[in-house]
Amino acid sequence: MRIRAKHSAALASALVIALAGAARAEPDLDAKLVINGDLEMTTIAPAPAHLEGALGDNVISGWHYRDAATRQMETDDFENPAMSAVDEALAAWDTVDGSEGKSCADCHGAIEEGMKGVTAVLPKVTEAGALWSAEDFINDCRTNRMGAEAWDWDKDPMKNMTAAIALQSRGMPVNVAIDGAAAPFWEQGKEMYYTRYGLLQLSCANCHEQNNGNYIRADHLSQGQINGFPVFRLKNDGLVSIHNRFAGCVRDTRAETFSKGGPEFHALELYVASRGNGLAVEGPSVRP
Amino acid sequence: MADAKPRVKAPASAAAGEPFAIKTLISHEMESGQRKDGDGNLIPQKIINRFTCDFNGTNVVDMTLSGGVSANPYIEFDAMIDQAGELKFTWYDDDGSVYEDAKTIDLA
Amino acid sequence: MTYTRRDALVVGAGGLAVLAMTRAAWAVTADEAIAEFTGGAAMGEGGITLTAPEIAENGNVVPVEVDAAGAAEILVLAPGNPSATICTVAFGPAAGSQRLSTRIRLAKSQDVTAVAKMADGSFVSTSQPVKVTVGGCGG
Repeated sequence: MRIRAKHSAALASALVIALAGAARAEPDLDAKLVINGDLEMTTIAPAPAHLEGALGDNVISGWHYRDAATRQMETDDFENPAMSAVDEALAAWDTVDGSEGKSCADCHGAIEEGMKGVTAVLPKVTEAGALWSAEDFINDCRTNRMGAEAWDWDKDPMKNMTAAIALQSRGMPVNVAIDGAAAPFWEQGKEMYYTRYGLLQLSCANCHEQNNGNYIRADHLSQGQINGFPVFRLKNDGLVSIHNRFAGCVRDTRAETFSKGGPEFHALELYVASRGNGLAVEGPSVRP
Repeated sequence: MADAKPRVKAPASAAAGEPFAIKTLISHEMESGQRKDGDGNLIPQKIINRFTCDFNGTNVVDMTLSGGVSANPYIEFDAMIDQAGELKFTWYDDDGSVYEDAKTIDLA
Repeated sequence: MTYTRRDALVVGAGGLAVLAMTRAAWAVTADEAIAEFTGGAAMGEGGITLTAPEIAENGNVVPVEVDAAGAAEILVLAPGNPSATICTVAFGPAAGSQRLSTRIRLAKSQDVTAVAKMADGSFVSTSQPVKVTVGGCGG
Protein backbone atom coordinates (compact mmCIF):
# COMPACT_ATOMS: atom_id res chain seq x y z
CA MET A 1 0.00 0.00 0.00
CA ARG A 2 1.37 3.32 -1.01
CA ILE A 3 0.45 6.51 0.77
CA ARG A 4 1.23 9.56 -1.29
CA ALA A 5 3.75 11.68 0.55
CA LYS A 6 4.47 14.38 -1.98
CA HIS A 7 4.12 17.86 -0.55
CA SER A 8 2.99 20.70 -2.70
CA ALA A 9 4.64 24.02 -2.00
CA ALA A 10 1.32 25.60 -1.20
CA LEU A 11 0.63 23.03 1.45
CA ALA A 12 3.96 23.13 3.16
CA SER A 13 2.86 25.90 5.46
CA ALA A 14 -0.66 24.65 5.87
CA LEU A 15 0.33 21.22 7.06
CA VAL A 16 1.79 20.95 10.49
CA ILE A 17 3.55 17.73 11.31
CA ALA A 18 2.86 18.41 14.94
CA LEU A 19 2.92 14.87 16.18
CA ALA A 20 5.80 13.55 14.16
CA GLY A 21 7.34 12.09 17.30
CA ALA A 22 4.15 10.57 18.67
CA ALA A 23 3.38 6.99 17.86
CA ARG A 24 0.10 7.00 16.01
CA ALA A 25 -0.97 3.98 14.10
CA GLU A 26 -3.30 5.63 11.61
CA PRO A 27 -3.96 5.06 8.86
CA ASP A 28 -4.17 1.46 9.92
CA LEU A 29 -4.54 -0.37 6.64
CA ASP A 30 -4.61 -3.78 8.29
CA ALA A 31 -7.73 -3.03 10.30
CA LYS A 32 -10.87 -4.83 9.17
CA LEU A 33 -14.28 -3.24 9.40
CA VAL A 34 -16.90 -5.78 10.40
CA ILE A 35 -20.21 -4.33 11.51
CA ASN A 36 -22.42 -6.06 14.08
CA GLY A 37 -20.11 -9.03 14.00
CA ASP A 38 -21.16 -10.25 10.57
CA LEU A 39 -21.20 -7.55 7.91
CA GLU A 40 -17.74 -7.45 6.34
CA MET A 41 -17.13 -4.13 4.66
CA THR A 42 -14.92 -3.43 1.67
CA THR A 43 -12.87 -0.51 2.96
CA ILE A 44 -9.98 -0.94 0.53
CA ALA A 45 -10.76 -1.59 -3.13
CA PRO A 46 -8.87 -1.57 -6.42
CA ALA A 47 -8.78 1.99 -7.71
CA PRO A 48 -11.24 2.68 -10.54
CA ALA A 49 -9.58 2.84 -13.97
CA HIS A 50 -10.56 6.46 -14.52
CA LEU A 51 -8.23 7.53 -11.69
CA GLU A 52 -5.28 6.40 -13.80
CA GLY A 53 -3.24 5.68 -10.71
CA ALA A 54 -3.79 9.06 -9.06
CA LEU A 55 -4.45 7.36 -5.72
CA GLY A 56 -2.10 4.46 -6.26
CA ASP A 57 -3.42 0.94 -6.57
CA ASN A 58 -6.23 1.22 -4.08
CA VAL A 59 -8.96 3.50 -2.87
CA ILE A 60 -9.31 3.60 0.91
CA SER A 61 -12.26 4.45 3.10
CA GLY A 62 -11.81 7.30 5.55
CA TRP A 63 -12.52 4.74 8.28
CA HIS A 64 -8.90 3.60 8.13
CA TYR A 65 -7.62 7.10 8.83
CA ARG A 66 -9.42 7.45 12.15
CA ASP A 67 -8.11 6.31 15.50
CA ALA A 68 -9.03 2.99 17.02
CA ALA A 69 -11.63 4.43 19.39
CA THR A 70 -13.49 6.18 16.57
CA ARG A 71 -13.23 3.13 14.30
CA GLN A 72 -14.66 0.97 17.05
CA MET A 73 -17.83 3.08 17.25
CA GLU A 74 -18.73 2.13 13.71
CA THR A 75 -18.42 -1.62 14.27
CA ASP A 76 -21.61 -1.91 16.31
CA ASP A 77 -24.87 -0.23 15.42
CA PHE A 78 -25.56 0.11 19.10
CA GLU A 79 -22.47 2.22 19.57
CA ASN A 80 -22.92 4.20 16.35
CA PRO A 81 -24.60 7.44 17.46
CA ALA A 82 -26.04 7.96 13.96
CA MET A 83 -28.52 5.19 14.59
CA SER A 84 -30.66 7.46 16.77
CA ALA A 85 -31.06 9.67 13.71
CA VAL A 86 -31.90 6.62 11.63
CA ASP A 87 -34.61 5.71 14.14
CA GLU A 88 -36.12 9.17 13.68
CA ALA A 89 -36.16 8.70 9.91
CA LEU A 90 -37.71 5.24 10.14
CA ALA A 91 -40.58 6.78 12.09
CA ALA A 92 -40.89 9.53 9.47
CA TRP A 93 -40.87 6.92 6.70
CA ASP A 94 -44.16 5.52 7.97
CA THR A 95 -45.72 8.87 8.82
CA VAL A 96 -48.27 10.49 6.52
CA ASP A 97 -47.28 14.04 5.63
CA GLY A 98 -48.70 16.59 3.22
CA SER A 99 -51.95 17.20 1.34
CA GLU A 100 -52.02 13.84 -0.48
CA GLY A 101 -52.27 11.79 2.69
CA LYS A 102 -49.27 9.66 1.85
CA SER A 103 -46.22 8.41 3.67
CA CYS A 104 -42.98 7.24 2.07
CA ALA A 105 -44.05 3.67 2.83
CA ASP A 106 -47.29 4.04 0.88
CA CYS A 107 -45.37 4.15 -2.41
CA HIS A 108 -42.04 2.53 -1.55
CA GLY A 109 -43.13 -0.16 0.91
CA ALA A 110 -40.70 -1.21 3.59
CA ILE A 111 -37.55 0.90 3.49
CA GLU A 112 -35.44 -2.27 3.62
CA GLU A 113 -36.94 -3.33 0.29
CA GLY A 114 -37.78 -0.07 -1.44
CA MET A 115 -34.47 1.66 -0.82
CA LYS A 116 -32.10 -1.28 -1.14
CA GLY A 117 -29.13 -0.36 -3.31
CA VAL A 118 -30.35 3.16 -4.00
CA THR A 119 -27.51 5.07 -2.33
CA ALA A 120 -24.87 2.95 -4.06
CA VAL A 121 -25.67 4.50 -7.44
CA LEU A 122 -26.29 8.11 -6.34
CA PRO A 123 -25.99 10.74 -7.56
CA LYS A 124 -27.44 9.83 -10.95
CA VAL A 125 -28.95 11.53 -13.97
CA THR A 126 -32.75 11.46 -14.17
CA GLU A 127 -34.77 10.81 -17.30
CA ALA A 128 -35.24 14.56 -17.56
CA GLY A 129 -31.48 14.95 -17.73
CA ALA A 130 -30.83 16.44 -14.29
CA LEU A 131 -28.15 15.14 -11.92
CA TRP A 132 -29.89 14.27 -8.67
CA SER A 133 -28.63 13.43 -5.22
CA ALA A 134 -30.64 11.53 -2.61
CA GLU A 135 -31.89 14.85 -1.27
CA ASP A 136 -33.40 15.76 -4.66
CA PHE A 137 -35.28 12.48 -4.92
CA ILE A 138 -36.60 12.87 -1.38
CA ASN A 139 -37.82 16.40 -1.95
CA ASP A 140 -39.32 15.47 -5.31
CA CYS A 141 -41.41 12.85 -3.53
CA ARG A 142 -42.34 15.25 -0.78
CA THR A 143 -43.42 18.15 -2.97
CA ASN A 144 -44.81 16.37 -6.04
CA ARG A 145 -46.23 13.13 -4.67
CA MET A 146 -46.99 13.86 -1.03
CA GLY A 147 -47.96 17.51 -1.25
CA ALA A 148 -45.61 18.16 1.66
CA GLU A 149 -43.08 20.90 2.18
CA ALA A 150 -39.56 20.33 0.93
CA TRP A 151 -37.00 19.56 3.61
CA ASP A 152 -34.01 21.84 4.01
CA TRP A 153 -30.96 20.18 2.42
CA ASP A 154 -28.92 20.46 5.59
CA LYS A 155 -31.45 20.08 8.39
CA ASP A 156 -32.09 17.03 10.54
CA PRO A 157 -35.19 15.55 8.81
CA MET A 158 -33.30 15.40 5.50
CA LYS A 159 -30.02 14.18 6.98
CA ASN A 160 -31.81 11.57 9.05
CA MET A 161 -33.62 10.27 5.97
CA THR A 162 -30.51 10.14 3.79
CA ALA A 163 -28.83 8.20 6.59
CA ALA A 164 -31.70 5.71 6.81
CA ILE A 165 -31.66 5.28 3.03
CA ALA A 166 -27.87 4.88 2.90
CA LEU A 167 -28.16 2.16 5.54
CA GLN A 168 -30.21 0.07 3.09
CA SER A 169 -27.18 -0.05 0.77
CA ARG A 170 -24.61 -0.63 3.48
CA GLY A 171 -21.96 -3.08 2.38
CA MET A 172 -22.86 -2.81 -1.30
CA PRO A 173 -20.17 -1.38 -3.59
CA VAL A 174 -20.42 2.24 -4.66
CA ASN A 175 -21.20 2.12 -8.36
CA VAL A 176 -22.08 5.51 -9.81
CA ALA A 177 -22.38 5.87 -13.57
CA ILE A 178 -19.92 8.29 -15.13
CA ASP A 179 -20.59 7.75 -18.81
CA GLY A 180 -23.50 8.57 -21.11
CA ALA A 181 -25.72 11.31 -19.75
CA ALA A 182 -23.55 11.52 -16.62
CA ALA A 183 -20.37 12.27 -18.56
CA PRO A 184 -20.65 16.07 -18.79
CA PHE A 185 -21.47 16.34 -15.07
CA TRP A 186 -18.58 14.05 -14.24
CA GLU A 187 -16.20 16.16 -16.33
CA GLN A 188 -17.40 19.29 -14.57
CA GLY A 189 -16.83 17.66 -11.19
CA LYS A 190 -13.38 16.48 -12.18
CA GLU A 191 -12.48 19.98 -13.33
CA MET A 192 -13.56 21.31 -9.92
CA TYR A 193 -11.59 18.64 -8.07
CA TYR A 194 -8.34 19.85 -9.59
CA THR A 195 -9.11 23.58 -9.43
CA ARG A 196 -7.42 25.59 -6.70
CA TYR A 197 -9.84 27.67 -4.67
CA GLY A 198 -9.58 30.43 -2.11
CA LEU A 199 -6.85 32.51 -0.58
CA LEU A 200 -4.95 29.36 0.26
CA GLN A 201 -5.12 28.25 -3.37
CA LEU A 202 -5.91 24.65 -2.56
CA SER A 203 -7.67 22.11 -4.72
CA CYS A 204 -9.36 18.96 -3.45
CA ALA A 205 -6.44 17.05 -4.94
CA ASN A 206 -3.81 19.02 -3.03
CA CYS A 207 -5.05 17.59 0.25
CA HIS A 208 -6.83 14.36 -0.57
CA GLU A 209 -4.79 13.07 -3.50
CA GLN A 210 -1.28 14.38 -2.86
CA ASN A 211 -1.29 14.38 0.93
CA ASN A 212 -3.63 11.71 2.19
CA GLY A 213 -2.00 9.94 5.10
CA ASN A 214 -0.14 13.11 6.09
CA TYR A 215 -1.15 15.32 8.96
CA ILE A 216 -3.16 18.49 8.67
CA ARG A 217 -2.68 19.99 12.10
CA ALA A 218 -2.97 16.92 14.34
CA ASP A 219 -5.34 15.07 12.07
CA HIS A 220 -4.81 12.67 9.21
CA LEU A 221 -5.93 13.70 5.76
CA SER A 222 -7.92 10.92 4.15
CA GLN A 223 -8.56 10.28 0.48
CA GLY A 224 -11.71 12.32 0.88
CA GLN A 225 -13.96 9.44 -0.06
CA ILE A 226 -17.69 9.98 0.46
CA ASN A 227 -18.82 6.35 0.70
CA GLY A 228 -19.48 6.86 4.42
CA PHE A 229 -21.89 9.78 4.07
CA PRO A 230 -23.87 11.04 5.72
CA VAL A 231 -21.32 10.78 8.52
CA PHE A 232 -21.97 11.20 12.21
CA ARG A 233 -19.35 13.72 13.16
CA LEU A 234 -18.41 13.56 16.84
CA LYS A 235 -17.24 17.15 16.82
CA ASN A 236 -20.65 18.39 15.64
CA ASP A 237 -22.59 15.77 17.57
CA GLY A 238 -24.70 15.22 14.49
CA LEU A 239 -24.94 14.07 10.91
CA VAL A 240 -23.02 15.89 8.20
CA SER A 241 -24.19 15.81 4.58
CA ILE A 242 -21.88 15.48 1.59
CA HIS A 243 -22.50 19.05 0.45
CA ASN A 244 -21.96 20.36 3.98
CA ARG A 245 -18.55 18.68 4.02
CA PHE A 246 -17.73 20.10 0.59
CA ALA A 247 -18.75 23.56 1.79
CA GLY A 248 -16.52 23.15 4.84
CA CYS A 249 -13.56 22.18 2.69
CA VAL A 250 -14.00 25.09 0.29
CA ARG A 251 -14.48 27.46 3.24
CA ASP A 252 -11.25 26.17 4.76
CA THR A 253 -9.41 27.26 1.62
CA ARG A 254 -10.78 30.70 2.51
CA ALA A 255 -12.99 30.87 -0.53
CA GLU A 256 -16.62 31.82 -0.96
CA THR A 257 -18.21 28.43 -1.03
CA PHE A 258 -20.81 27.06 -3.42
CA SER A 259 -24.35 26.51 -2.24
CA LYS A 260 -25.42 23.18 -0.81
CA GLY A 261 -27.73 21.59 -3.34
CA GLY A 262 -26.36 23.79 -6.13
CA PRO A 263 -25.14 22.54 -9.52
CA GLU A 264 -21.44 22.79 -8.64
CA PHE A 265 -21.65 20.50 -5.62
CA HIS A 266 -23.91 18.08 -7.51
CA ALA A 267 -21.20 17.68 -10.14
CA LEU A 268 -18.47 17.42 -7.51
CA GLU A 269 -20.51 14.82 -5.61
CA LEU A 270 -20.71 12.64 -8.72
CA TYR A 271 -17.00 12.91 -9.41
CA VAL A 272 -15.92 12.29 -5.81
CA ALA A 273 -18.37 9.40 -5.49
CA SER A 274 -16.87 7.87 -8.64
CA ARG A 275 -13.40 8.00 -7.08
CA GLY A 276 -14.78 5.55 -4.52
CA ASN A 277 -16.47 3.17 -6.95
CA GLY A 278 -15.88 -0.26 -5.46
CA LEU A 279 -15.76 0.79 -1.81
CA ALA A 280 -18.65 -0.39 0.34
CA VAL A 281 -21.41 2.09 1.11
CA GLU A 282 -20.67 2.83 4.76
CA GLY A 283 -23.26 5.44 5.63
CA PRO A 284 -24.00 6.45 8.21
CA SER A 285 -20.39 6.21 9.35
CA VAL A 286 -18.66 7.71 12.40
CA ARG A 287 -15.91 10.29 12.05
CA PRO A 288 -14.24 12.65 14.53
CA MET B 1 -32.69 14.95 17.85
CA ALA B 2 -35.55 16.55 19.67
CA ASP B 3 -36.64 13.80 22.00
CA ALA B 4 -34.38 11.80 24.22
CA LYS B 5 -34.67 8.22 23.09
CA PRO B 6 -33.20 5.48 25.25
CA ARG B 7 -31.72 2.33 23.78
CA VAL B 8 -30.69 -0.73 25.74
CA LYS B 9 -28.78 -3.83 24.72
CA ALA B 10 -29.08 -6.66 27.22
CA PRO B 11 -29.15 -10.44 26.77
CA ALA B 12 -32.50 -12.23 26.72
CA SER B 13 -31.20 -14.70 29.26
CA ALA B 14 -28.27 -15.13 31.61
CA ALA B 15 -26.93 -17.85 33.87
CA ALA B 16 -27.41 -17.39 37.61
CA GLY B 17 -24.42 -15.70 39.19
CA GLU B 18 -22.69 -15.08 35.87
CA PRO B 19 -21.97 -11.40 35.16
CA PHE B 20 -23.22 -10.11 31.82
CA ALA B 21 -22.74 -6.79 30.05
CA ILE B 22 -25.49 -4.24 29.50
CA LYS B 23 -25.05 -1.34 27.09
CA THR B 24 -27.25 1.74 27.20
CA LEU B 25 -27.43 4.85 25.07
CA ILE B 26 -29.78 7.79 25.16
CA SER B 27 -29.99 10.51 22.54
CA HIS B 28 -29.48 13.74 24.47
CA GLU B 29 -27.48 16.90 23.78
CA MET B 30 -25.99 17.04 27.32
CA GLU B 31 -25.76 20.84 27.14
CA SER B 32 -22.96 21.40 29.61
CA GLY B 33 -23.78 24.91 30.81
CA GLN B 34 -20.25 25.93 29.81
CA ARG B 35 -21.04 27.10 26.29
CA LYS B 36 -22.07 30.56 25.11
CA ASP B 37 -24.56 31.38 22.41
CA GLY B 38 -24.00 33.79 19.53
CA ASP B 39 -24.71 36.77 21.78
CA GLY B 40 -22.20 35.73 24.40
CA ASN B 41 -24.76 34.52 26.91
CA LEU B 42 -24.22 31.23 28.71
CA ILE B 43 -26.48 28.47 27.42
CA PRO B 44 -28.15 26.97 30.49
CA GLN B 45 -27.18 23.48 31.49
CA LYS B 46 -29.54 20.74 30.39
CA ILE B 47 -28.20 17.27 30.95
CA ILE B 48 -29.15 13.79 31.99
CA ASN B 49 -28.02 14.11 35.62
CA ARG B 50 -28.71 10.59 36.87
CA PHE B 51 -29.02 7.09 35.48
CA THR B 52 -30.12 4.00 37.36
CA CYS B 53 -30.52 0.34 36.56
CA ASP B 54 -32.43 -2.02 38.85
CA PHE B 55 -33.21 -5.70 38.63
CA ASN B 56 -36.50 -6.72 40.27
CA GLY B 57 -36.15 -3.69 42.52
CA THR B 58 -32.54 -4.37 43.48
CA ASN B 59 -30.04 -1.77 42.36
CA VAL B 60 -27.43 -2.62 39.75
CA VAL B 61 -25.85 0.81 39.24
CA ASP B 62 -26.76 4.34 40.28
CA MET B 63 -24.79 6.91 38.33
CA THR B 64 -24.59 10.68 38.74
CA LEU B 65 -23.60 12.49 35.55
CA SER B 66 -22.18 15.96 34.95
CA GLY B 67 -21.85 18.01 31.79
CA GLY B 68 -18.49 16.30 31.35
CA VAL B 69 -20.22 13.22 30.01
CA SER B 70 -20.45 13.27 26.20
CA ALA B 71 -23.65 13.96 24.30
CA ASN B 72 -25.79 10.87 23.79
CA PRO B 73 -24.56 9.29 27.03
CA TYR B 74 -23.21 5.80 26.54
CA ILE B 75 -23.12 3.70 29.68
CA GLU B 76 -21.93 0.10 29.85
CA PHE B 77 -21.76 -2.03 32.98
CA ASP B 78 -22.25 -5.58 34.25
CA ALA B 79 -25.22 -7.07 36.06
CA MET B 80 -25.82 -10.44 37.67
CA ILE B 81 -29.12 -12.22 38.33
CA ASP B 82 -30.28 -15.20 40.36
CA GLN B 83 -33.82 -15.39 39.00
CA ALA B 84 -35.82 -14.36 35.95
CA GLY B 85 -37.21 -10.86 36.05
CA GLU B 86 -37.06 -7.36 34.73
CA LEU B 87 -34.20 -4.96 34.26
CA LYS B 88 -35.43 -1.40 34.65
CA PHE B 89 -33.51 1.58 33.29
CA THR B 90 -34.20 5.18 34.23
CA TRP B 91 -32.65 8.41 33.00
CA TYR B 92 -33.33 11.72 34.80
CA ASP B 93 -33.23 14.97 32.82
CA ASP B 94 -32.47 18.40 34.32
CA ASP B 95 -35.82 19.59 32.98
CA GLY B 96 -37.64 17.09 35.17
CA SER B 97 -38.30 14.57 32.42
CA VAL B 98 -37.76 10.94 33.27
CA TYR B 99 -37.05 8.43 30.53
CA GLU B 100 -37.53 4.73 31.14
CA ASP B 101 -36.87 1.45 29.46
CA ALA B 102 -37.18 -2.15 30.63
CA LYS B 103 -35.99 -5.57 29.49
CA THR B 104 -37.20 -8.92 30.66
CA ILE B 105 -34.52 -11.50 31.22
CA ASP B 106 -34.73 -15.25 31.77
CA LEU B 107 -32.45 -17.61 33.62
CA ALA B 108 -30.35 -19.55 31.15
CA MET C 1 -33.44 27.02 39.73
CA THR C 2 -30.29 29.06 39.30
CA TYR C 3 -27.29 29.27 41.54
CA THR C 4 -24.94 32.13 42.06
CA ARG C 5 -21.39 31.22 42.91
CA ARG C 6 -22.10 32.29 46.51
CA ASP C 7 -25.08 29.96 46.69
CA ALA C 8 -22.97 27.20 45.31
CA LEU C 9 -20.34 27.69 47.99
CA VAL C 10 -22.97 27.66 50.72
CA VAL C 11 -24.66 24.59 49.34
CA GLY C 12 -21.33 22.92 48.78
CA ALA C 13 -20.44 23.44 52.42
CA GLY C 14 -23.52 21.45 53.31
CA GLY C 15 -21.75 18.32 52.24
CA LEU C 16 -22.33 15.30 50.14
CA ALA C 17 -25.97 14.76 51.05
CA VAL C 18 -26.93 18.17 49.77
CA LEU C 19 -24.76 17.66 46.72
CA ALA C 20 -26.51 14.44 45.91
CA MET C 21 -29.92 16.00 46.33
CA THR C 22 -29.43 19.05 44.18
CA ARG C 23 -27.12 17.53 41.58
CA ALA C 24 -26.29 20.99 40.34
CA ALA C 25 -23.13 21.23 38.31
CA TRP C 26 -20.87 24.14 39.04
CA ALA C 27 -17.19 24.46 38.53
CA VAL C 28 -15.37 22.29 41.01
CA THR C 29 -11.70 21.45 41.08
CA ALA C 30 -10.51 17.88 41.23
CA ASP C 31 -9.18 18.45 44.74
CA GLU C 32 -12.54 19.72 45.91
CA ALA C 33 -14.36 16.82 44.31
CA ILE C 34 -11.99 14.26 45.81
CA ALA C 35 -12.28 15.89 49.23
CA GLU C 36 -16.05 15.65 48.98
CA PHE C 37 -15.87 12.05 47.89
CA THR C 38 -13.35 10.80 50.44
CA GLY C 39 -14.06 13.14 53.32
CA GLY C 40 -10.32 13.69 53.46
CA ALA C 41 -9.47 10.00 54.00
CA ALA C 42 -6.07 8.70 52.94
CA MET C 43 -5.69 7.58 49.33
CA GLY C 44 -4.17 4.27 48.35
CA GLU C 45 -3.19 2.75 45.04
CA GLY C 46 -3.86 -0.53 43.30
CA GLY C 47 -7.05 -2.46 42.81
CA ILE C 48 -8.42 0.08 40.35
CA THR C 49 -7.84 0.34 36.63
CA LEU C 50 -8.69 3.19 34.28
CA THR C 51 -8.58 2.54 30.56
CA ALA C 52 -8.51 5.52 28.22
CA PRO C 53 -6.86 6.22 24.86
CA GLU C 54 -3.34 7.61 24.98
CA ILE C 55 -4.36 10.07 22.30
CA ALA C 56 -7.96 11.13 21.79
CA GLU C 57 -8.90 12.17 18.28
CA ASN C 58 -11.81 14.24 19.50
CA GLY C 59 -12.10 15.65 22.99
CA ASN C 60 -15.88 15.61 22.72
CA VAL C 61 -16.09 11.85 22.87
CA VAL C 62 -13.35 10.01 24.75
CA PRO C 63 -14.11 6.43 25.72
CA VAL C 64 -13.06 5.56 29.28
CA GLU C 65 -13.55 2.48 31.42
CA VAL C 66 -13.05 2.15 35.15
CA ASP C 67 -12.89 -1.14 36.98
CA ALA C 68 -12.35 -1.65 40.71
CA ALA C 69 -13.37 -5.08 41.97
CA GLY C 70 -15.15 -4.76 45.30
CA ALA C 71 -15.71 -1.01 45.04
CA ALA C 72 -18.89 0.50 46.43
CA GLU C 73 -18.60 3.65 44.34
CA ILE C 74 -16.26 5.16 41.77
CA LEU C 75 -15.66 8.84 41.00
CA VAL C 76 -14.31 9.82 37.57
CA LEU C 77 -12.53 13.15 37.24
CA ALA C 78 -11.10 15.29 34.46
CA PRO C 79 -8.93 17.71 36.46
CA GLY C 80 -8.27 19.86 33.39
CA ASN C 81 -11.94 20.48 32.63
CA PRO C 82 -13.75 23.65 33.74
CA SER C 83 -15.69 21.41 36.08
CA ALA C 84 -13.62 18.41 37.09
CA THR C 85 -16.31 15.97 38.11
CA ILE C 86 -17.37 13.73 35.24
CA CYS C 87 -19.52 11.19 37.01
CA THR C 88 -19.88 8.98 40.04
CA VAL C 89 -21.28 5.51 39.94
CA ALA C 90 -22.48 3.43 42.88
CA PHE C 91 -22.72 -0.33 42.45
CA GLY C 92 -25.72 -2.13 43.93
CA PRO C 93 -26.19 -5.75 45.01
CA ALA C 94 -27.22 -6.79 41.49
CA ALA C 95 -24.05 -5.46 39.86
CA GLY C 96 -22.08 -8.18 38.09
CA SER C 97 -18.81 -6.32 38.52
CA GLN C 98 -17.61 -2.90 39.58
CA ARG C 99 -16.94 -1.77 36.05
CA LEU C 100 -18.29 1.21 34.12
CA SER C 101 -17.62 2.17 30.54
CA THR C 102 -18.70 5.56 29.22
CA ARG C 103 -17.70 8.44 26.93
CA ILE C 104 -16.51 11.74 28.33
CA ARG C 105 -15.58 15.26 27.28
CA LEU C 106 -12.02 16.47 27.76
CA ALA C 107 -11.35 20.19 27.35
CA LYS C 108 -7.61 19.61 26.87
CA SER C 109 -4.84 17.08 27.37
CA GLN C 110 -4.78 15.97 31.01
CA ASP C 111 -4.56 13.10 33.49
CA VAL C 112 -7.98 11.52 33.73
CA THR C 113 -8.43 10.25 37.29
CA ALA C 114 -10.63 7.68 38.99
CA VAL C 115 -11.15 7.25 42.71
CA ALA C 116 -12.83 4.18 44.15
CA LYS C 117 -14.45 3.84 47.54
CA MET C 118 -13.90 0.25 48.51
CA ALA C 119 -16.35 -1.84 50.49
CA ASP C 120 -14.25 -1.43 53.66
CA GLY C 121 -14.40 2.36 53.36
CA SER C 122 -10.85 2.82 52.11
CA PHE C 123 -10.05 4.78 48.95
CA VAL C 124 -7.79 4.05 46.00
CA SER C 125 -7.10 6.11 42.92
CA THR C 126 -5.39 5.93 39.57
CA SER C 127 -4.72 8.29 36.66
CA GLN C 128 -4.16 7.97 32.95
CA PRO C 129 -2.75 10.73 30.75
CA VAL C 130 -4.82 11.47 27.65
CA LYS C 131 -3.60 13.77 24.90
CA VAL C 132 -6.39 15.58 23.11
CA THR C 133 -5.50 16.51 19.55
CA VAL C 134 -6.71 19.37 17.41
CA GLY C 135 -8.86 18.31 14.49
CA GLY C 136 -7.71 19.14 11.01
CA CYS C 137 -10.63 20.65 9.16
CA GLY C 138 -13.70 22.55 10.17
CA GLY C 139 -12.38 22.62 13.73
